[in-house]
Amino acid sequence: MSGFLLKGVSVVGGAPTDLVIRDGVISADKSGAEVIDAAGLVALPGLVDLHTHLREPGREDAETVETGSRAAALGGYTAVCAMANTSPVADTAGVVEQVWRLGREAGLVDVQPIGAVTVGLAGKQLAEVGAMATSAANVRIFSDDGFCVADPRLMRRALEYVKAFDGIIAQHAEEPRLTEGAQMHEGEVSTRLGLTGWPAVAEEAIIARDVLLAEHVGSRLHVCHVSTAGSVEVLRQAKARGVRVTAEVTPHHLLLTDELAASYDPVFKVNPPLRTSSDVAALREALVEGVIDVVATDHAPHAVEDKECEWAYARPGMLGLETALSIVISVLGERWDLIADRMSRTPARIAGLAGHGTDLAVGSPANLTLVDPSARRVVDPAELASRSRNTPYSGTTLPGRIVATFLRGEPTVLDGKAVK
Amino acid sequence: MIKHLRSAADLDAATATLILDTAAEMAALAGREVKKLPTLRGRTVVNLFYEDSTRTRISFEAAAKRLSADVINFSAKGSSVSKGESLKDTALTLQAMGADAVVIRHSASGAPHRLASWVDGSVINAGDGTHEHPTQALLDAYTMRSRLGRLDGLKVAIVGDVLHSRVARSNVLLLSTLGAQVTLVGPPTLIPVDIAAALEPKTKVSYDLDSVLPDMDVVMMLRVQTERMQDSYFPSAREYSRRYGLDLARMRKLPEHAIVMHPGPMNRGMEITPEVADSSRSTIVEQVANGVSARMAVLYLLLGGKA
Amino acid sequence: MASPRADTTSKIILSGSDLHRVVDRIAHQILEKTSGATGTVLLGIPTRGVPLAQRLAARIHAFEDIDVPVGSLDITLYRDDLRLHATRALGKTELPGGGIDGRRVILVDDVLFSGRTVRAALDALNDVGRPSSVQLAVLVDRGHRQLPIRADYVGKNIPTALSESVRVSLTETDGLDEVNLTGAPGGEA
Repeated sequence: MSGFLLKGVSVVGGAPTDLVIRDGVISADKSGAEVIDAAGLVALPGLVDLHTHLREPGREDAETVETGSRAAALGGYTAVCAMANTSPVADTAGVVEQVWRLGREAGLVDVQPIGAVTVGLAGKQLAEVGAMATSAANVRIFSDDGFCVADPRLMRRALEYVKAFDGIIAQHAEEPRLTEGAQMHEGEVSTRLGLTGWPAVAEEAIIARDVLLAEHVGSRLHVCHVSTAGSVEVLRQAKARGVRVTAEVTPHHLLLTDELAASYDPVFKVNPPLRTSSDVAALREALVEGVIDVVATDHAPHAVEDKECEWAYARPGMLGLETALSIVISVLGERWDLIADRMSRTPARIAGLAGHGTDLAVGSPANLTLVDPSARRVVDPAELASRSRNTPYSGTTLPGRIVATFLRGEPTVLDGKAVK
Repeated sequence: MIKHLRSAADLDAATATLILDTAAEMAALAGREVKKLPTLRGRTVVNLFYEDSTRTRISFEAAAKRLSADVINFSAKGSSVSKGESLKDTALTLQAMGADAVVIRHSASGAPHRLASWVDGSVINAGDGTHEHPTQALLDAYTMRSRLGRLDGLKVAIVGDVLHSRVARSNVLLLSTLGAQVTLVGPPTLIPVDIAAALEPKTKVSYDLDSVLPDMDVVMMLRVQTERMQDSYFPSAREYSRRYGLDLARMRKLPEHAIVMHPGPMNRGMEITPEVADSSRSTIVEQVANGVSARMAVLYLLLGGKA
Repeated sequence: MASPRADTTSKIILSGSDLHRVVDRIAHQILEKTSGATGTVLLGIPTRGVPLAQRLAARIHAFEDIDVPVGSLDITLYRDDLRLHATRALGKTELPGGGIDGRRVILVDDVLFSGRTVRAALDALNDVGRPSSVQLAVLVDRGHRQLPIRADYVGKNIPTALSESVRVSLTETDGLDEVNLTGAPGGEA
């Protein structure tokens, strides 16, 4: 095979043109390339997810690196950062290398492991982050996601220590004492439903503390899944002061609200919880403005028995990889440059993933995805590539469809189907 | 007629009134020698209790048996439930057994909603977590109506741990539907956020019991668990009962006709003194008897017609 | 169900004055058959049996100055057809002071049809006391019995088709006194 010619494609929303993919890079040589009629389709740099739970090792019944990679490719991603809360926890070079290797074997996206900040995510003792950084997995982002690094002294040390290898701490901002037993956003709806509240201040207090710590020690901080209007304000002020902080928002926090808990269907249970419509509005604004830098999925597959149960007993989290771009399109509209920035260029830069999030210019690595913006699809959980079914969008009609995805010039998705 | 009773919000004024009227007929029947009625012969009512509550279970059991339903008690202890069978699997089992109604008591808020999505029969909430206990609200409303003759315009204070109280939530909803004015009283730590917006905008909140009492027709004391002290909801049992407990001196501040209620079980000496609990204003014993009539009414109205 | 033409088949069986004469006659018959209504209690079956029982008691009082105790007996909870209809609201059961034990109970209803209502009433009666005997008074007997039950006092026998329906209206419940037969005999059932 001698490459693909994407005919009449709109590159990041630009005028129709032809794009050639050959030998892993964007090329100018059209000769002999397989032609794909791309009229009406939009090419974006391959999406990069800073926040994915692939569940392997440990919960292969919910997801594996392979099934998660397939879901990612079908969602337009060419790279995902795999969170450390596996079993065993990714807190050693051995585990991160295993995940990295499984990603290579699956070969559908680049799987970049995230290392744990503390041993066993227990928040007590710093994990061997240096060893993970120098391992084959080349870890740069460290996170105890699922848990907050709540101890301020430990958080300070972690922020400082990773400076040696330009690491970054991605904080799950949740003051644990304020969220004991918490089930959903604290407010009108939690009061009505009799579910223990997760107050916005529990997130905002940690972000406020952490930006001050990062400022104090001059380190890089990344804030996972920002969910409240108050957090946006804290971030806005920190950024204005020049603190080296970046932040992500999930697609579901850009769209869904706490009212959905009224069904008591745990498919809507997630951590941090769905908030109010005014939080949603503030998050959207912050994303456009750049106060929030990226959209990250927090793709969190769960086995059926962990969701088909009482709300309080269900695990928090929802699928995201295969619907993220559609949600972002429905939230931001077809603002392709903005979308490319928030879903590809900026996350690639934060994660330090060379070859991802680059402009689709001749000579660049051919990591890209092809979107049909006019397509509409009804989400059917049974059709998802993820091993789990816990999508909150079951039965809803979403705009946009991924037609093809290329990883270093090789198609991972063609005609809307995974190639392997 | 409604199919399930998961929340007091399932009841509009007409339906709630019909239940209370029916309960009155049921109560009249309870006075006669033969208490049993053939009405629900051949129907199966399952009492699915994940939490110990002998009072509520017995009340539902008596109600179902007086209507001649077959009653199956399925309690968490000594059954597959404690061996980790999921609520859904249990639901499918009950479904296969042909349960016409499942009365569920569960420590998780919303469990009755989940159950209703898995069984064909009616689901009756007998208390779910810190959410609701609608039949308790019905028997409370019935008790108020029979003592005071009406509900519309009644002023009702609900005092204590509103935050963790399923009784309070159901009462606010039902009493408001029936035209009563509810004031919630307790320390700010035990009044849930946005309670009026969450349940009924007319609901008032006060942190001062003494100022509220002179205006009330009904004061309902909620059980306050002393363990809440450990979580710093209040400093000590002594301080709690001084500020929010109902003793004789406070009871005298109530208007002459006002009644004192308590859903039970009481912490005598904590939220209510024994003299108040045993006074003629107290409806605590009546509430128990009215519980059977109210539950008979609910069972009849949910199961007594075409499914 | 009723087509627009169905109204034209509605026919008055008893006018207001007919109805009054019929009630008077039943009252006389009761006095006659019960030797002056001694030890007798009238129990109306809700809804329309209750005002009928009260009217009978009033007429008996007017004729002989005898006070017959009147009460009501709701039979809803004893019906055998509960599952065939939406849930019914309950009527009142109010026994006269002194109860029914050892007395002659006369059940009063508006229409006797299948006999199932009376069967339910006998069950209900059994649970509230032990009368010495039970009799039945109805304003209209329209036939089509499904159980071995007959009335002791009948205001009017009306032969009907199953497709027809008899509607009794009383001032107390419906604003006028009248009995109608609606629906075409042999018509679409």
